[in-house]
Amino acid sequence: MKLKKNIALSDTGFVFDPSNGNSFSTNPIGLEIIQLLKQNKTQSEIETKILSTYEVDKNTFEKDYYDFVNMLGKLKLNAADEKD
Amino acid sequence: MKKVQYERPVIQRLNVGLMNKYGSRTEFTPVTQIDGNAVAQLITQYGSPLFVISERTIRQTYRQANRAFKTRYPKVQFAWSYKTNYINAVCNVFHQEGSWAEVVSGFEYSKAIYNGVPGNKIIFNGPDKSAEELKLAIENNSLIHIDNLDELYTINDLASTLTKRPRVAIRVNMDTGVYPMWDRFGFNYENGEALDAINKIVLNNNMDLVGLHCHIGTFMLTPSAYAIAATKLSELAISIQKKHKKSIEYIDMGGGFASHNTLKGSYLQGIDASPGFDQYAEAICTSLLNAGFSEGELPLLILETGRALIDEAGYLLGSVISNKRLSDGRRATIMDFGVNILFTSFWYNHKISPAQPFSQYTEDTVIYGPLCMNIDVVRENIAFPALKKNDQVVVHTVGAYNMTQWMQFIAMRPAVVLIDMNDKPHLIRKRENINSVQNEEVMPDYLKDCLL
Ligand SMILES: Cc1ncc(COP(=O)(O)O)c(C=O)c1O
Repeated sequence: MKLKKNIALSDTGFVFDPSNGNSFSTNPIGLEIIQLLKQNKTQSEIETKILSTYEVDKNTFEKDYYDFVNMLGKLKLNAADEKD
Repeated sequence: MKKVQYERPVIQRLNVGLMNKYGSRTEFTPVTQIDGNAVAQLITQYGSPLFVISERTIRQTYRQANRAFKTRYPKVQFAWSYKTNYINAVCNVFHQEGSWAEVVSGFEYSKAIYNGVPGNKIIFNGPDKSAEELKLAIENNSLIHIDNLDELYTINDLASTLTKRPRVAIRVNMDTGVYPMWDRFGFNYENGEALDAINKIVLNNNMDLVGLHCHIGTFMLTPSAYAIAATKLSELAISIQKKHKKSIEYIDMGGGFASHNTLKGSYLQGIDASPGFDQYAEAICTSLLNAGFSEGELPLLILETGRALIDEAGYLLGSVISNKRLSDGRRATIMDFGVNILFTSFWYNHKISPAQPFSQYTEDTVIYGPLCMNIDVVRENIAFPALKKNDQVVVHTVGAYNMTQWMQFIAMRPAVVLIDMNDKPHLIRKRENINSVQNEEVMPDYLKDCLL
């Protein structure tokens, strides 16, 4: 999963996509994942980071991670939707 | 290092101007206890799902309603509408507060007798009363509200064979400006049917016409409809007085006051849309007082209020079975309760609160029940926080009609707990088990072996 390069993030979980003007809100863990994705971290790097920070087991997080990334795709925040 | 509490990642598009379209402010606080009892503890003790009823809320609501009417009219009597919630313990809370019983079937009539209600304080309504049931009601001096001419003739015949004189009222239906008009019950006012029935009763002189009854609808959001109904019944009563020199002892205005639930399709939250008891009382009492009854002839005002007296006192506790993502991106949360036990989710957008702390981040969520059926939707669209499997929720304002209209479909009906005035929980209906169903079945001998 690669995010669009130019999306803007605020510390409070506000996400802005300048390519279409859409804005989104995300919770703290969602923000953390988006930041990691922006740094081009792989899924397993993200998983290691989250599992060491949060009270959660691998299965639960994996399920939620797929769901979240899927939503990012639906909301057209992935690089595949980027037009050059 | 202590780890941070986990919540699943969520992201939601912000629609300018439409923010919070579905969420309501109050849904954003967790409800962790009911009358001093922790939700988690109640579920551990009695299982999930679980209906919980607050005796304190019942009594407070009843007293509020009673006060609204008694401060405006000298003679007021409530009669508990059994069909709304006929768990015996609930009925007896109302009876202890002074409510009579209002029943609509032989089964409900037996329940009222079982609960110790004196026969002359039972109002027997409804279109389905067998000759046997009518006979019992006559012998018990109950108030029989006649629904149709066949019933009138049956009572007339019975009366000639019994020593007691039946005490009857007729149910009157009428145009109160509210659509749809409930004209299938009772005798119509406008076309003269009601007066006709009254004349038959008085002239046959086999029974005593003691009252006039109407029930103009349910979840009525317009108090003015009651003003019209009260005026029309009063006119009938006064014309009976003039024509037959007989005073009507009571006018029964039925039920129908709205509770604080939010009707589907309503933009306003129920708590903002529903009139209070004071508004209904003002409409009814003013009409009765201005109707032209002479001093000392004012009839007793009977009210058969159901849902408005019990809805707020009832809660349904439940647990999350699973979460899913629908193809359109919406979140779906599957609960362990559905339309089988929360029948009223067909009419209302029930308020649902998580029973544990959560963050302010929400997703548009559909809440489904556990039935393998497409109609099993508890909330079509609610801004809901990220709950995970086994998290618990509290559904509000479920006291009316659910514990009577619930279905035993693919699972057992849950237990019901009453929390008393001292915050002590009492089991008032056991969770059903397989025997609750199997005991009634009979297996023919030749099918006893399934042959597999
Ligand atoms: C005759 C009669 N009385 C009272 C009630 C109670 O009505 P509600 O729950 O709307 O107050 C009903 C309900 O349908 C009814 O049919």
